[in-house]
Amino acid sequence: MEIRVVREILEANEVIASQNKALFSEKGIYVINLMGSPGAGKTSLLERTIEALRGEWRMGVIEGDIATSRDAERLAPYRIPIVQINTGGACHLDGNMVRGGLKEIDLEAVDLLFVANVGNLVCPAEFRIGEDDKVMILSVTEGEDKPSKYPLMFQVSSLLLLNKIDLLPYLDFDLEGFQEEVRRLNPKLQVIPLSCKTGEGVQKWLQWLRKRIRCKGT
Amino acid sequence: MHEVSIAQSLLEIVEEEVARYPGARVSRISLRIGRLREVIPESLRFAFEVISKGRVTEGASLHIEEVPLSLRCLDCQRVWVAETPFMICPGCGGREVEIISGQELEIESLEIEDGDQGS
Repeated sequence: MEIRVVREILEANEVIASQNKALFSEKGIYVINLMGSPGAGKTSLLERTIEALRGEWRMGVIEGDIATSRDAERLAPYRIPIVQINTGGACHLDGNMVRGGLKEIDLEAVDLLFVANVGNLVCPAEFRIGEDDKVMILSVTEGEDKPSKYPLMFQVSSLLLLNKIDLLPYLDFDLEGFQEEVRRLNPKLQVIPLSCKTGEGVQKWLQWLRKRIRCKGT
Repeated sequence: MHEVSIAQSLLEIVEEEVARYPGARVSRISLRIGRLREVIPESLRFAFEVISKGRVTEGASLHIEEVPLSLRCLDCQRVWVAETPFMICPGCGGREVEIISGQELEIESLEIEDGDQGS
């Protein structure tokens, strides 16, 4: 016997992500889902960002990694709420894992929450976690062919941070060509080139972030 | 690797649907998966087979319809099938392009056997 079903396979995740989002709205928390390859600079970006904004907003971090708490340890000196989620092999965070992590954060004491996803250019793009914005960080050493090889992440992100531009003089990275390819995949995706090492471009990222938080009315 | 999570979600949905047919076993599951979802059918089949051991879906085959990516230009209304989702019209160069198909990730139907007719 054939049964017609027609259901979204990831519907359970969508439901949980929506519940997370409603909770964030209620608490007035702006949430970023930070995605990128291993080594793209997610933790370095958080270090720069927390350092710059610690007087402006109360921040929290959920760190997703397959194993270890090294990233959380790097951020520990900033004395902000940090929750480490070890996915135990899973290549992305999903709505349910983030919901579990939220139990360990005092949501009344956070205005801005960064969720640093597992380093991966494919899977995190599939799973909403209740974020306001997906921000992608890509480093110039990964090569300029990444947009058309991993299109989904470029299509779902609101902002692309192109990191490690201090290395551009040593690479054959065609910045113009890269930006054109990104525009072809997602005309609305803004690209901010920066270097978490030298600090170049970081102010533009902070301006973008401030504007988005104000839009949300936090 | 997201195929494992997709397989788990799929199994949950199938078990929920089949619960209405006591004693039934699932022989075939039909899915529609769009090209944009970056799902590898073989990985999904493998993951589903592994997690189906001892469940109602053990031995069930996955029939996966791979839905091509089709795009439409909102300026000239041209429709085309693309390998890569470049949102630029190959005809008029327009940049207002919408995705018509290719984002699907859905279960369509189940084939079950030996079930009593549902209540």
